[in-house]
Amino acid sequence: MDSLLQESLFFGFFLTLACYFACVEIAKRYKSPLLNPLFWSIVLTIVVLKLLGISYSTFEYGAKYLNYLLTPITVCLAVPLYRQLRHLRDYADAVIISILSGTLACAAMIFLMSKMFGFDKSMYASMAVKSITTAIALGVNEELGGIQVVSIMAITITGTIGPIFATSVYKLLHIKEPIAQGLALGTGSHAIGTSRALELGEIQGAMSSLAIVVTGVLTVIIAPILYGIY
Amino acid sequence: MKYMRQIARIAGFAFVGELLNTLIPLPVPASVYGMLLLLFCLCTGIVKLEQIEETADFLVEIMPLVFVMPGVAVIESLGLLADSLVGIIVISILSTLLVYAVTGLTAQALVRLRRRREEEQHG
Repeated sequence: MDSLLQESLFFGFFLTLACYFACVEIAKRYKSPLLNPLFWSIVLTIVVLKLLGISYSTFEYGAKYLNYLLTPITVCLAVPLYRQLRHLRDYADAVIISILSGTLACAAMIFLMSKMFGFDKSMYASMAVKSITTAIALGVNEELGGIQVVSIMAITITGTIGPIFATSVYKLLHIKEPIAQGLALGTGSHAIGTSRALELGEIQGAMSSLAIVVTGVLTVIIAPILYGIY
Repeated sequence: MKYMRQIARIAGFAFVGELLNTLIPLPVPASVYGMLLLLFCLCTGIVKLEQIEETADFLVEIMPLVFVMPGVAVIESLGLLADSLVGIIVISILSTLLVYAVTGLTAQALVRLRRRREEEQHG
């Protein structure tokens, strides 16, 4: 099977799309934060590859062209951000200060725990970008010389496991303001957290998508500074 | 034609972002330059929302697709990461919960403070 598909430009491309949209359909039918389409389409893709005995390089041969879209997609994040600017103006101080304090706390914790686990500089660079949207994270990772797979793994865990506990954290700490709930999800767990925030309410969703971009930009500034000290 | 023009505009911002990334010696990804530049152009009216809206919304919607292949690569290299696996998982989860707490509490305090001030002014 593998030798048959080795030269196929569209096998990996098609498999990625097919697995993703299958998981989107399932997630639509059974609404649950556990059914994150990205996470499960990765699992489904691997299962299909293993069952058919197809190597990763054969898959990558066609799938890698989707990467080409990463920069234009990130550029387009300016559009939802532009739509949310009204919220930013209304609560500018709350938005900026809370995102900044969350991002700094996160950066400090990653710094200390990376030291604790004895991570080297490239591992630290890979972890430092874990709370921001993958598109920006991979760019920062590349600039700092991190390990791409480590970043993606940390980002995926952050996005899929974090939001499961979000509402428990809110209950425990009595975080009831919709604005605060949204900002926390977006600052902590990027786009996947935002899809959870949208389930909590419209304000939460708007604030969360705003937080993704602000957190991303702040991390672009903070990560290289801490990387220099590490 | 409409969509081709929108794609051309977005590609233009991506390209200028790349150019800035090459010319400016800062660790800022090309995509972030492009995004900030587009935001600036939207705010100043140089680019109107209608001139990119449909294509931009489409691209943002399919964003997760780009991350499937890197995700598959993660599982492929799990063996290589075995030594650091526990650290990666523990740091990822704990730091995320810390952000929820810090950002959530700070934002709530500031929003309530502001509301109270407004009530005092009006009452």
